[in-house]
Amino acid sequence: MNILDPQGPIAAAQKTILIDSIGIMLAIVLPTIAAIFAFAFWFRESNPRATYQPHWAYSGRLELVVWSIPTLTIILLGGVAWIGSHQLDPARPIDGTGAPVRIQVVSLDWKWLFIYPDQRIATVNTLTVPVGSPLDLELTSGSVMNAFFIPQLGSMIYTMNGMMTRLKLRADNPGTLQGLSSHFSGDGFPNMMFDVQVVPQLEFPDWVARTAQTDRVLNAESYGKLAQQSVETATSTYRLEDPRLFHAIVTQQIPAGPGPKLTSESVQPHIGDHDVR
Amino acid sequence: MFGKLSWSAIPIDQPIPMIASGVVALVILGVLAWVVLAGHLPYLWREWITSVDHKRIGVMYTLLAMVMLLRGFSDALMMRSQQAVAFQSQGYLPPEHYNQIFSAHGTIMIFFVAMPFVIGLMNLVVPLQLGVRDVAFPTLNSVGFWLTATGALLVNISLVVGEFARTGWLPYPPLSELTYSPGVGVDYYLWALQISGVGTLVAGINLVTTVLKLRTRGMTYLRMPMFCWTTLASNLLIVAAFPILTATLAMLILDRYFGFHFFTNEAGGNVMMFMNLIWAWGHPEVYILVLPAFGIFSEVVSTFSGKPLFGYRSMVLATMAICVISFMVWLHHFFTMGAGPTVNAIFGIASMIIAVPTGVKIYNWLFTMYGGRIRFDTPMLWAIGFMVTFILGGLTGVLVAVPPADFLLHNSLFLVAHFHNVIIGGVLFGAFAGYAYWFPKAFGFRLHEGLGKAAFWCWLIGFYVAFMPLYAVGFLGMTRRMQHYDVPEWRPWLLIAAAGAVIILIGIVFQIMQLVVSIRHREELRDRTGDPWDGRSLEWATASPPPVFNFAIPPDVTGEDAYWSLKVHAKQQSLGKREPDYKDIEMPRNSPTGFVCAFFATIMGFALIWHIWWMVAAGAIGAFTTFVAFAWRDHDEYVISANEVARIDRANVEERRAMTSLAEA
Repeated sequence: MNILDPQGPIAAAQKTILIDSIGIMLAIVLPTIAAIFAFAFWFRESNPRATYQPHWAYSGRLELVVWSIPTLTIILLGGVAWIGSHQLDPARPIDGTGAPVRIQVVSLDWKWLFIYPDQRIATVNTLTVPVGSPLDLELTSGSVMNAFFIPQLGSMIYTMNGMMTRLKLRADNPGTLQGLSSHFSGDGFPNMMFDVQVVPQLEFPDWVARTAQTDRVLNAESYGKLAQQSVETATSTYRLEDPRLFHAIVTQQIPAGPGPKLTSESVQPHIGDHDVR
Repeated sequence: MFGKLSWSAIPIDQPIPMIASGVVALVILGVLAWVVLAGHLPYLWREWITSVDHKRIGVMYTLLAMVMLLRGFSDALMMRSQQAVAFQSQGYLPPEHYNQIFSAHGTIMIFFVAMPFVIGLMNLVVPLQLGVRDVAFPTLNSVGFWLTATGALLVNISLVVGEFARTGWLPYPPLSELTYSPGVGVDYYLWALQISGVGTLVAGINLVTTVLKLRTRGMTYLRMPMFCWTTLASNLLIVAAFPILTATLAMLILDRYFGFHFFTNEAGGNVMMFMNLIWAWGHPEVYILVLPAFGIFSEVVSTFSGKPLFGYRSMVLATMAICVISFMVWLHHFFTMGAGPTVNAIFGIASMIIAVPTGVKIYNWLFTMYGGRIRFDTPMLWAIGFMVTFILGGLTGVLVAVPPADFLLHNSLFLVAHFHNVIIGGVLFGAFAGYAYWFPKAFGFRLHEGLGKAAFWCWLIGFYVAFMPLYAVGFLGMTRRMQHYDVPEWRPWLLIAAAGAVIILIGIVFQIMQLVVSIRHREELRDRTGDPWDGRSLEWATASPPPVFNFAIPPDVTGEDAYWSLKVHAKQQSLGKREPDYKDIEMPRNSPTGFVCAFFATIMGFALIWHIWWMVAAGAIGAFTTFVAFAWRDHDEYVISANEVARIDRANVEERRAMTSLAEA
């Protein structure tokens, strides 16, 4: 999950910006820290060789330098931020070698649902993608907010109920990566880890065909069960009944997840309720 | 009769909160019993609880902060130890408990440690530095303090009765809505912050008015000490930002109590509106905390270098620039929501621009040291530790202000390390520097130097050991608020971080020892000159501790570094021997209004949390009646006669002169 070991072009570009920015700043930060230690040491009270200038408190030239150094640094970094933000906008299309794969991501309490509308399949807590293909992700939440993040592919993004975010990624090397939710979402939050299988282009159709043979079907009913609060330790796969399921979730035709089951103790009476316990 | 409250609200089956609260309750009862049995209650009531003296209120604010620091730090120890053990296991804290702990840790450290610490120091010092006898609204000041204490009390009650929020220190909806958080935890959070928020707002109004309207003769704006400037900026931010917090939390309260839909998933609620609003308060809040710390460091660096502050006007400009820009950067807290690249870039660049005035400040402190004669007393150690640490925090802060970098680091432990880097390295080090620097002024004796230095080194080293690993583990993709994890690469870093927390714990033990030892040896540590550090601003011109009226004769200011130039002139012309013309002084009377108001506010807050409506009405009526009774008062001041003033002042001058001649001989 090391973000300094990127496995795709987005993560690699973001890592470059990260390293460059640190480098630009260290160029002024390190001399400044050195100066702090040097001045503090040299001008210590017990040093007879240091000249005491009790009234020296202004120098126009130094003021100019003092305002210029951070300003110039920020102008440089501001350029990096402006260009970087536009080039690495999560929704900006990216190139790839194969056909783009459309994946619809739904964060639920506390699991990830990945819908492949074109392949008519869906998976829970495991994501399989072909190497080199542009991944075209649409994301939403079936309950509270979460953030979708595969550290080695880059660009985390929020999932929010009733809203859709877009993210384009690409994985450049076959293998297994890990993803997680990076926005706290309640008691089962640490269990929202998922693995990402990056498979060769030719194997992807095989995987789709295998997955489509499952006897479990994802429809409004089974989605309702998934939307209940639970922690899933195993992954599971589904055939997708209706490719418009994601649309129904985003547009809130399917209501958001129900939250914790209410026990008699946690029922919250509204004003006007007479609780006689 | 008792709303949602029943015996089941007390977690008898959970040993950790029960033991913790049992210990706290025993300590509180023990202290109360000692106070009552030893007959200290009338003294406490007369001299502290009902006091409207800004110095006393400042001390009480600081004390509240230090007590709450112990609570917040225990939470931190539990989090670090949980993450040290919870590798491929559940650790020792179940999620519903762990989630309360990190929520309480953040809430307490920001609202009930950092805020009261800086407000306490501003209260104590600013009127003295301005050369005046009190703040603008002394009774309101007391109300503000006691309402803050109410908030702190409610947060601590949640340990025993019910639960605290499990939603993080900012309760993001929809998780904090009734659907997903049906318990009373979020309500404890909301009412504790609404009540203490009112306290903070009145404290802000009071200090802004004090700086703008009450300055001694000749104390023009550009002669004010830097701490007064940062106080002004910080409190302007309080006045502008805290109403946003109150309104935002009020909307969440309407959602939870009356079925409104401001931030719900259903019926057109918009969760992102909460995030925008809460950060429109939240980012200025960061500068509300750190600006006073910048002021403290300005005073400390200049005093211990024996020089005026370098580039004073530049510093004023930088302070006010930070004050204004801090309102224009809130969106950088959620670059990852998928806003367009232009929006992200603009807010990213705005956030970086704040680094310019902040960088200027660092360089100005650096050049204040240049050509100085630096004494490394404890406050100066904190200041140097701060400068180095804060630069690193600034670096990582600017880094996450670059949107593409933030896409990798947002919400990770890198971010956690960043904001602890600026809040511990900036605000807390500043508060500790101010505490060591002004303690002799408040109490008339110094703190033990050796133990203070030991505490500093433990805090400094402990900070680096605890938080540098979190930067590293953030690069390894670890996100915050994880109750357990299965990734083996994360574990070694979390073990080191836990060790760092233990080093900080040792630092805190040294601080407690320092206070105890200093009080026991106060005669040896006594400061008879009123000016133990060879200070430059007016607080050192009066006795330590200052008389209730601060200055027998309001000082005349003729330039920057008012007291320094006074000292120089006194030496040159051997002035100050002529007896001044003492006059009667009018001072505000003590008032129990603040305490009584807060008492009723506590009842009302507790009742609102548990839906006990008759008790809400009782609390509200009580608080309102107290206010009306106060408004009807007709004797609000008393007079200290000129003779009495002369007697107190002569004694002080005698003592000071004796010490000075002793020093010169």
